Amino acid sequence: MTGTPPIASPEPDASRPAARDDGALLEALRQGDERAFLALVDRYQAAMLRVARAYVSAAAAEDVAQEAWLGVVRGAERFEGRSSVKTWLFRIVVYCARTRRARDGRSVPLSALEAEGGEDDAGPAVDPDRFLDVASRYPGHWASPPQPFAEERLISAEAARRVREEIERLPPSQRAVITLRDVEGLEAREACDLLGLTEANQRVLLHRARSRVRAALERHLGEEGRP
Amino acid sequence: MSAPATVDLSCAELVELVTDYLEGRLPLDDRTRFETHLCFCAPCRTYLAQLRGAVAAAGRLSEEALPADARDALLAAFRAWRRGPGGAP
Repeated sequence: MTGTPPIASPEPDASRPAARDDGALLEALRQGDERAFLALVDRYQAAMLRVARAYVSAAAAEDVAQEAWLGVVRGAERFEGRSSVKTWLFRIVVYCARTRRARDGRSVPLSALEAEGGEDDAGPAVDPDRFLDVASRYPGHWASPPQPFAEERLISAEAARRVREEIERLPPSQRAVITLRDVEGLEAREACDLLGLTEANQRVLLHRARSRVRAALERHLGEEGRP
Repeated sequence: MSAPATVDLSCAELVELVTDYLEGRLPLDDRTRFETHLCFCAPCRTYLAQLRGAVAAAGRLSEEALPADARDALLAAFRAWRRGPGGAP
Protein backbone atom coordinates (compact mmCIF):
# COMPACT_ATOMS: atom_id res chain seq x y z
CA MET A 1 0.00 0.00 0.00
CA THR A 2 1.45 3.33 -0.98
CA GLY A 3 0.42 6.86 -0.28
CA THR A 4 1.65 9.93 1.48
CA PRO A 5 3.72 8.81 4.45
CA PRO A 6 2.35 10.03 7.76
CA ILE A 7 4.28 12.72 9.53
CA ALA A 8 6.56 11.16 12.13
CA SER A 9 6.30 12.46 15.65
CA PRO A 10 9.46 14.27 16.78
CA GLU A 11 12.15 11.91 18.00
CA PRO A 12 14.39 12.64 20.98
CA ASP A 13 17.53 12.45 18.85
CA ALA A 14 16.21 13.91 15.63
CA SER A 15 19.70 15.24 14.92
CA ARG A 16 20.63 11.77 13.68
CA PRO A 17 19.34 11.42 10.13
CA ALA A 18 18.48 7.75 10.58
CA ALA A 19 16.24 8.38 13.57
CA ARG A 20 14.07 10.99 11.91
CA ASP A 21 11.79 8.75 9.94
CA ASP A 22 11.63 5.65 12.16
CA GLY A 23 8.10 6.65 13.12
CA ALA A 24 7.07 6.89 9.48
CA LEU A 25 8.67 3.50 8.74
CA LEU A 26 6.82 1.88 11.63
CA GLU A 27 3.55 3.38 10.41
CA ALA A 28 4.20 1.96 6.92
CA LEU A 29 5.11 -1.39 8.50
CA ARG A 30 1.66 -1.46 10.13
CA GLN A 31 0.22 -1.29 6.64
CA GLY A 32 2.31 -4.33 5.70
CA ASP A 33 4.85 -2.35 3.66
CA GLU A 34 7.80 -4.62 3.05
CA ARG A 35 10.15 -1.80 2.03
CA ALA A 36 9.57 -0.22 5.42
CA PHE A 37 10.43 -3.53 7.08
CA LEU A 38 13.65 -3.79 5.06
CA ALA A 39 14.60 -0.22 5.87
CA LEU A 40 14.26 -0.94 9.60
CA VAL A 41 16.17 -4.21 9.22
CA ASP A 42 19.00 -2.46 7.38
CA ARG A 43 19.18 0.16 10.06
CA TYR A 44 18.97 -1.96 13.20
CA GLN A 45 19.77 -5.63 12.56
CA ALA A 46 23.52 -5.32 13.18
CA ALA A 47 23.00 -3.42 16.43
CA MET A 48 20.29 -5.86 17.54
CA LEU A 49 22.68 -8.76 17.05
CA ARG A 50 25.41 -7.03 19.06
CA VAL A 51 23.03 -6.34 21.92
CA ALA A 52 21.59 -9.89 21.85
CA ARG A 53 25.11 -11.30 22.10
CA ALA A 54 25.45 -9.76 25.55
CA TYR A 55 23.06 -12.51 26.65
CA VAL A 56 23.40 -15.40 24.20
CA SER A 57 25.88 -16.95 21.75
CA ALA A 58 26.43 -15.46 18.30
CA ALA A 59 24.48 -18.33 16.71
CA ALA A 60 21.54 -17.94 19.11
CA ALA A 61 21.60 -14.17 18.58
CA GLU A 62 20.53 -14.69 14.95
CA ASP A 63 17.41 -16.55 16.15
CA VAL A 64 16.82 -13.98 18.86
CA ALA A 65 16.96 -11.13 16.34
CA GLN A 66 14.53 -12.92 14.05
CA GLU A 67 12.13 -13.50 16.95
CA ALA A 68 12.50 -9.85 17.86
CA TRP A 69 11.56 -8.77 14.33
CA LEU A 70 8.48 -10.97 14.51
CA GLY A 71 7.65 -9.20 17.77
CA VAL A 72 8.15 -5.85 16.05
CA VAL A 73 5.86 -6.80 13.15
CA ARG A 74 3.20 -8.13 15.51
CA GLY A 75 3.59 -5.28 17.98
CA ALA A 76 3.76 -2.38 15.53
CA GLU A 77 0.01 -1.95 15.90
CA ARG A 78 0.32 -1.39 19.63
CA PHE A 79 3.34 0.92 19.61
CA GLU A 80 2.19 4.12 21.31
CA GLY A 81 5.19 6.34 20.89
CA ARG A 82 5.98 6.72 24.59
CA SER A 83 9.59 5.94 23.79
CA SER A 84 11.44 6.35 20.51
CA VAL A 85 10.96 3.54 17.99
CA LYS A 86 14.63 2.73 18.40
CA THR A 87 14.39 2.26 22.19
CA TRP A 88 11.28 0.13 21.71
CA LEU A 89 13.12 -2.12 19.21
CA PHE A 90 16.00 -2.64 21.61
CA ARG A 91 13.61 -3.38 24.47
CA ILE A 92 12.08 -6.15 22.37
CA VAL A 93 15.44 -7.66 21.45
CA VAL A 94 16.65 -7.61 25.07
CA TYR A 95 13.41 -9.28 26.14
CA CYS A 96 13.83 -12.00 23.50
CA ALA A 97 17.49 -12.51 24.38
CA ARG A 98 16.78 -12.84 28.10
CA THR A 99 13.96 -15.27 27.40
CA ARG A 100 16.23 -17.33 25.18
CA ARG A 101 18.96 -17.36 27.78
CA ALA A 102 16.52 -18.61 30.42
CA ARG A 103 15.18 -21.26 28.02
CA ASP A 104 18.74 -22.48 27.42
CA GLY A 105 19.03 -23.00 31.15
CA ARG A 106 21.43 -20.16 31.83
CA SER A 107 20.61 -17.96 34.75
CA VAL A 108 19.20 -14.51 34.10
CA PRO A 109 19.91 -12.42 37.17
CA LEU A 110 18.17 -9.07 37.43
CA SER A 111 21.25 -7.68 35.82
CA ALA A 112 22.83 -10.31 33.61
CA LEU A 113 25.56 -7.96 32.53
CA GLU A 114 26.69 -6.84 35.94
CA ALA A 115 27.12 -10.41 37.06
CA GLU A 116 29.50 -10.90 34.14
CA GLY A 117 31.52 -7.82 34.93
CA GLY A 118 34.49 -9.96 35.93
CA GLU A 119 35.02 -11.19 32.38
CA ASP A 120 35.78 -7.71 31.15
CA ASP A 121 39.39 -6.73 30.90
CA ALA A 122 40.13 -3.99 33.37
CA GLY A 123 43.35 -2.76 31.77
CA PRO A 124 44.21 0.92 31.59
CA ALA A 125 42.76 3.10 28.81
CA VAL A 126 46.26 3.71 27.42
CA ASP A 127 49.35 1.47 27.46
CA PRO A 128 51.33 2.50 30.60
CA ASP A 129 54.54 2.53 28.53
CA ARG A 130 53.20 5.64 26.79
CA PHE A 131 53.74 7.61 30.02
CA LEU A 132 56.88 8.66 31.89
CA ASP A 133 57.60 6.49 34.92
CA VAL A 134 57.86 7.49 38.56
CA ALA A 135 61.63 7.97 38.33
CA SER A 136 61.24 10.70 35.74
CA ARG A 137 60.82 14.38 36.38
CA TYR A 138 57.19 14.34 35.20
CA PRO A 139 55.80 10.94 36.19
CA GLY A 140 52.52 10.05 34.51
CA HIS A 141 52.96 12.57 31.71
CA TRP A 142 53.11 11.57 28.05
CA ALA A 143 56.37 9.99 26.91
CA SER A 144 54.85 9.07 23.56
CA PRO A 145 52.09 11.66 23.01
CA PRO A 146 49.10 11.02 20.73
CA GLN A 147 49.06 12.61 17.27
CA PRO A 148 45.90 14.26 15.92
CA PHE A 149 43.73 12.04 13.68
CA ALA A 150 43.46 13.38 10.16
CA GLU A 151 39.74 14.08 9.69
CA GLU A 152 39.57 12.76 6.12
CA ARG A 153 41.08 9.44 7.24
CA LEU A 154 38.88 9.25 10.32
CA ILE A 155 35.77 9.34 8.11
CA SER A 156 37.12 6.81 5.60
CA ALA A 157 35.49 3.42 5.02
CA GLU A 158 38.71 1.79 6.22
CA ALA A 159 38.51 3.56 9.59
CA ALA A 160 34.85 2.48 9.87
CA ARG A 161 35.93 -1.12 9.26
CA ARG A 162 38.55 -0.90 12.02
CA VAL A 163 35.98 0.48 14.44
CA ARG A 164 33.51 -2.27 13.57
CA GLU A 165 36.18 -4.96 14.00
CA GLU A 166 37.28 -3.59 17.36
CA ILE A 167 33.68 -3.47 18.59
CA GLU A 168 33.37 -7.13 17.53
CA ARG A 169 36.41 -8.01 19.65
CA LEU A 170 35.08 -6.35 22.82
CA PRO A 171 33.70 -8.39 25.71
CA PRO A 172 29.91 -8.82 25.23
CA SER A 173 28.76 -6.28 27.80
CA GLN A 174 31.13 -3.58 26.56
CA ARG A 175 29.97 -4.29 23.02
CA ALA A 176 26.31 -3.93 24.01
CA VAL A 177 26.93 -0.66 25.84
CA ILE A 178 28.98 1.02 23.10
CA THR A 179 26.44 -0.12 20.51
CA LEU A 180 23.54 1.48 22.33
CA ARG A 181 25.41 4.61 23.37
CA ASP A 182 27.82 5.52 20.59
CA VAL A 183 26.58 3.62 17.53
CA GLU A 184 22.87 4.20 18.17
CA GLY A 185 23.09 7.36 20.23
CA LEU A 186 20.84 6.37 23.14
CA GLU A 187 21.02 8.29 26.41
CA ALA A 188 22.89 6.76 29.36
CA ARG A 189 19.62 6.35 31.23
CA GLU A 190 18.05 4.41 28.36
CA ALA A 191 21.05 2.10 28.05
CA CYS A 192 20.97 1.45 31.82
CA ASP A 193 17.24 0.66 31.72
CA LEU A 194 17.58 -1.65 28.74
CA LEU A 195 20.55 -3.61 30.02
CA GLY A 196 19.75 -3.48 33.74
CA LEU A 197 22.98 -1.67 34.59
CA THR A 198 23.72 0.91 37.23
CA GLU A 199 24.88 4.23 35.83
CA ALA A 200 28.34 3.74 37.32
CA ASN A 201 28.73 0.29 35.80
CA GLN A 202 27.46 1.51 32.44
CA ARG A 203 30.08 4.27 32.45
CA VAL A 204 32.89 1.85 33.30
CA LEU A 205 31.90 -0.42 30.41
CA LEU A 206 31.54 2.53 28.04
CA HIS A 207 34.92 3.89 29.11
CA ARG A 208 36.72 0.62 28.44
CA ALA A 209 34.98 0.18 25.10
CA ARG A 210 35.65 3.73 23.89
CA SER A 211 39.27 3.56 25.04
CA ARG A 212 39.80 0.40 23.00
CA VAL A 213 38.13 1.82 19.90
CA ARG A 214 40.30 4.94 20.15
CA ALA A 215 43.42 2.79 20.51
CA ALA A 216 42.42 0.72 17.46
CA LEU A 217 41.96 3.89 15.40
CA GLU A 218 45.31 5.19 16.61
CA ARG A 219 47.04 1.97 15.53
CA HIS A 220 45.37 2.13 12.14
CA LEU A 221 45.78 5.86 11.48
CA GLY A 222 49.36 5.77 12.69
CA GLU A 223 50.56 2.72 10.79
CA GLU A 224 50.23 3.97 7.22
CA GLY A 225 52.20 7.15 7.64
CA ARG A 226 50.82 10.60 8.21
CA PRO A 227 50.48 13.39 5.68
CA MET B 1 38.05 16.70 53.09
CA SER B 2 38.64 16.81 49.35
CA ALA B 3 41.92 17.75 47.77
CA PRO B 4 42.25 21.33 46.60
CA ALA B 5 41.69 21.94 42.90
CA THR B 6 45.28 22.97 42.48
CA VAL B 7 46.53 19.40 42.97
CA ASP B 8 47.88 18.31 39.63
CA LEU B 9 46.32 15.61 37.58
CA SER B 10 48.78 13.55 35.53
CA CYS B 11 48.14 12.65 31.89
CA ALA B 12 47.87 8.97 32.87
CA GLU B 13 45.12 9.90 35.34
CA LEU B 14 43.34 12.18 32.90
CA VAL B 15 42.88 9.47 30.26
CA GLU B 16 40.93 7.42 32.81
CA LEU B 17 38.55 10.30 33.50
CA VAL B 18 37.61 11.28 29.94
CA THR B 19 34.38 9.28 29.85
CA ASP B 20 33.18 10.64 33.20
CA TYR B 21 34.09 14.11 31.90
CA LEU B 22 32.23 13.71 28.61
CA GLU B 23 29.24 12.24 30.48
CA GLY B 24 29.15 15.25 32.77
CA ARG B 25 29.69 13.04 35.81
CA LEU B 26 32.93 14.47 37.26
CA PRO B 27 32.53 16.21 40.63
CA LEU B 28 33.21 19.92 40.36
CA ASP B 29 36.73 19.86 41.83
CA ASP B 30 37.77 16.98 39.56
CA ARG B 31 36.30 18.77 36.57
CA THR B 32 38.24 21.89 37.45
CA ARG B 33 41.47 19.89 37.65
CA PHE B 34 40.64 18.12 34.41
CA GLU B 35 39.99 21.37 32.54
CA THR B 36 42.99 23.10 34.07
CA HIS B 37 45.21 20.24 32.95
CA LEU B 38 43.80 20.53 29.41
CA CYS B 39 44.65 24.24 29.31
CA PHE B 40 48.32 23.43 29.69
CA CYS B 41 48.63 20.05 27.98
CA ALA B 42 48.36 19.86 24.18
CA PRO B 43 48.80 16.05 24.04
CA CYS B 44 45.82 15.56 26.39
CA ARG B 45 43.75 17.93 24.25
CA THR B 46 44.69 15.74 21.30
CA TYR B 47 43.75 12.64 23.28
CA LEU B 48 40.32 14.07 24.10
CA ALA B 49 39.80 15.00 20.42
CA GLN B 50 40.78 11.44 19.42
CA LEU B 51 38.27 9.98 21.85
CA ARG B 52 35.54 12.24 20.49
CA GLY B 53 36.61 11.17 17.00
CA ALA B 54 36.22 7.52 18.02
CA VAL B 55 32.70 8.19 19.37
CA ALA B 56 31.77 9.94 16.11
CA ALA B 57 33.23 7.11 14.03
CA ALA B 58 31.16 4.57 15.99
CA GLY B 59 28.07 6.73 15.33
CA ARG B 60 28.62 6.42 11.59
CA LEU B 61 28.35 2.61 11.79
CA SER B 62 24.59 2.93 12.23
CA GLU B 63 24.37 3.89 8.56
CA GLU B 64 25.87 0.65 7.24
CA ALA B 65 23.74 -1.74 5.20
CA LEU B 66 23.37 -5.44 5.93
CA PRO B 67 24.80 -8.30 3.88
CA ALA B 68 22.31 -9.36 1.20
CA ASP B 69 21.81 -12.91 2.49
CA ALA B 70 20.86 -11.79 6.00
CA ARG B 71 18.48 -9.28 4.47
CA ASP B 72 16.90 -11.88 2.19
CA ALA B 73 16.38 -14.33 5.07
CA LEU B 74 14.52 -11.74 7.11
CA LEU B 75 12.47 -10.66 4.11
CA ALA B 76 11.40 -14.26 3.54
CA ALA B 77 10.43 -14.51 7.21
CA PHE B 78 8.47 -11.26 6.94
CA ARG B 79 6.49 -12.56 3.96
CA ALA B 80 5.72 -15.79 5.83
CA TRP B 81 4.53 -13.85 8.90
CA ARG B 82 2.29 -11.72 6.75
CA ARG B 83 0.70 -14.77 5.16
CA GLY B 84 0.43 -16.67 8.40
CA PRO B 85 -2.30 -16.40 11.05
CA GLY B 86 -2.13 -13.23 13.06
CA GLY B 87 -0.10 -11.42 10.43
CA ALA B 88 -1.01 -8.05 9.04
CA PRO B 89 -3.69 -8.11 6.29
